[in-house]
Amino acid sequence: MKEVAFGQYYPVDSFVHRLDPRFKIVFLIGFIVAIFVASNFYGLAVCASVLIAAIAFSRVPFGKIVRAVRGVLFLVIFTALINILFHGGDTVYWSYGILCVSKEGILFSAYLVIRLVLLVVCSSLLTYTTTPVALTDGIESLLTPLKWIRFPVHALALVMSIALRMIPILMDETERIKNAQKARGADFESGNLFKRVKAFIPVLVPLLLSAFRRADELGDAMDARCYNGGHRTKYKKLRFSWRDLVGALLGAALITGVVLLRVYLGDIV
Amino acid sequence: MNAIEFRGVDFSYGGDFCIRGLNFSVGEGEFVAVLGHNGSGKSTLARLANGILRADAGEIRVFDTILDDKHLFDVRKQVGVVFQNPDNQTVASIVEDDVAFGAENVALPREEIGRRIEFALRAVGMEEARKSTVARLSGGQKQRVAIAGVLALKPRVMILDESTAMLDPRGRREIADVVLRLNKEEKITVVLITHFMEEALLADRAVVMNRGEIVMEGKPEEIFARSEELLTYNLALPRIGLIAKSLREGGMSVKDTLDIEKLADEIAEEIVCGS
Amino acid sequence: MRIVAEDLTYIYNPASPFAVKALNGVSLTVEEGEFFGIIGHTGSGKSTFVQHLNGLIRLPSSLKKRKRPRGWKNIPPAVLKVGDFDLADPKTDFRALRKSVGMVFQYPEYQLFAETVKEDVAFGLKNFTEKGKAKPTDEEIAAAVKDALHVVGLDEGIAEQSPFDLSGGQRRRVAIAGVIVTRPEVLVLDEPAAGLDPLGKREIMELLHRIHGDWCKTVVIVSHDMDEIAENCTRVAVFSEGRVVRCAPPAELFKDAASLLALGLDIPLTAKLTLALEKRGISIDCDYTMKDFVRRVLARKGGGQ
Repeated sequence: MKEVAFGQYYPVDSFVHRLDPRFKIVFLIGFIVAIFVASNFYGLAVCASVLIAAIAFSRVPFGKIVRAVRGVLFLVIFTALINILFHGGDTVYWSYGILCVSKEGILFSAYLVIRLVLLVVCSSLLTYTTTPVALTDGIESLLTPLKWIRFPVHALALVMSIALRMIPILMDETERIKNAQKARGADFESGNLFKRVKAFIPVLVPLLLSAFRRADELGDAMDARCYNGGHRTKYKKLRFSWRDLVGALLGAALITGVVLLRVYLGDIV
Repeated sequence: MNAIEFRGVDFSYGGDFCIRGLNFSVGEGEFVAVLGHNGSGKSTLARLANGILRADAGEIRVFDTILDDKHLFDVRKQVGVVFQNPDNQTVASIVEDDVAFGAENVALPREEIGRRIEFALRAVGMEEARKSTVARLSGGQKQRVAIAGVLALKPRVMILDESTAMLDPRGRREIADVVLRLNKEEKITVVLITHFMEEALLADRAVVMNRGEIVMEGKPEEIFARSEELLTYNLALPRIGLIAKSLREGGMSVKDTLDIEKLADEIAEEIVCGS
Repeated sequence: MRIVAEDLTYIYNPASPFAVKALNGVSLTVEEGEFFGIIGHTGSGKSTFVQHLNGLIRLPSSLKKRKRPRGWKNIPPAVLKVGDFDLADPKTDFRALRKSVGMVFQYPEYQLFAETVKEDVAFGLKNFTEKGKAKPTDEEIAAAVKDALHVVGLDEGIAEQSPFDLSGGQRRRVAIAGVIVTRPEVLVLDEPAAGLDPLGKREIMELLHRIHGDWCKTVVIVSHDMDEIAENCTRVAVFSEGRVVRCAPPAELFKDAASLLALGLDIPLTAKLTLALEKRGISIDCDYTMKDFVRRVLARKGGGQ
């Protein structure tokens, strides 16, 4: 009954949702490279505008994006503070012992924070717009060349697929067992760390037993459907479309643009 | 030719015998229900029939192919098994990907897999759910997907190992309808292992297992008429049998039947005659 | 303890595309001493409702402001009282509530975890020791476990065995013993007989009747099995799409079989037979238990002579 929202896929139909997952993974890698190559605010501005456009095309509500950033808010603030206080520089506004707030420090920490936020937003945009299933298919397909060195790509893909199927079930089950033990007076919320870990034993034991039982039956069901780990075919083939071409061109343009900005405009400010 | 034939099969999980000297056969196109209390060996029967478990002694044949190491996969292609828990049989998150699994395992070409998915989903009435997420389906629907996953291998025999035990009444009805249709229209031989007496009524023949042996065999109605005997094997009578029995004890001469209309006819006749 | 619910609403995953309204204004009263039945399709809200009864699902008003889920603002205030416990009040002692309202989930045998049956049954007993009071002694625990095992029909000899060596039916009874060992006033069971063979089902219903009364004053069961409901319950609530659409004693409820069939729900065998006899011009006025049905049919026959 209760739906466990596994992963954070946001189910709407959009240009970005329809892109080939392999393309999105490659574009994400390209984008991350671009973020790291960008050495000044102009480069970051270009990255940010591309990302904002992508968000607009994805029809994922802005609130969702904000929530993704909120998850790493602590890290962002921590990074900002450390750099503002310890970076040092020529134009000093305030100093106390080894602490020193300078113009350079503020700019540098802003630069780092923007990079961090861009990184988080673009990765979460991938998970918002790509189902976990499509993601595994994409990863499998991208790893296909590894078959040449006898890497068991196929088995790995099957493991990922089964994990995707089973994780929500086990999460649901954890919730159920937790509730059952809570009904018998178990307390998971109070006491010191040791007490809390100990309180989880009545959840962990049934959960493990259930996982084994499920694995057993799944194994039988796979056997019964002629699985033998040998040669098999694949029904779903991913296909590139015109959208992916557009995306790929945009990605290449982005990296080139950022590199040019770096060469001509130099480092921060 | 028999679809499945067990000859003197022994099996143990390393302690007591679970199945002992079992002789059991299912004719081609037949619909057989297997009854028995928990631990009677009926689930072991399902796992032996397609080689998930291997017999300690005796011989198992499927359409005259002897089940041995050499023919294991030939047999598995012929005999599909659907298990109990609807959540433990799917390997993929999307319906069509899961149905494709078996067909992919036997390395069918892509186009053929597509056709098989279409055929299998239509056979279980789930063609609309082709692109759906398995996790969002009801228990009965998940179990229909599991049946479709087996059907995609085009088996000639389908064994359902307590596949309705965890479903609600609506889910059970769905599965019963699908199984009956597969048997009548697709001519698939069906072995239905269940402890719902009402489901056993759908079958041409029922067998009762106890301690790894077949102890009763016959038309479902005949078996349920032997109520005293059923009780000795720890099987309860279906409710309608209990009512008929109580009425007889109260002095009415109603016959044992499992059909509501028939029982109503008999009661009506007695009451009208009596007055 | 009397259970009173008024206008109970619950939404899973509020403010998201996966939002599901599981309860939509449920009002229901269960009197003390009842053997109350809840029926309805999977997803009709039955399980969500019963999980409210011991505070596993909390009313938004009983949570601290910042813990209230988003998207709750439009939900009207609800009332939920179990005896003196006001479940809408954040000051309620939910641990004490859980001690008074025992909850047996579906397939409860899968929550067993301890090395011995005794330890598992005693789990709740140890947890519910009130603050400031002395922990129960080993003798007290052993005695309580023995009583609980006895009432669920298990031999005390199994107390030292591992629960995982028992049969499925025995394990389920151990799990039930683990809930009733604290002698809750209300016992709620979500499909207690699911997945068992007919004999196992009958044994579970028999043990519930043993528990009902002396051990637990009020019993609430969620079930799909209409025969079970007709045989055992004092009153029945029918859930459909998050609402209570009917609430009546079985004798009254199954008289209107058509409305249940219209909801796609089953009716007990006795009701089916009554309908079939009606078509043949014979009306049997029974309370839909097997015993009463048989008695009335026999009386009809005898009466005509």
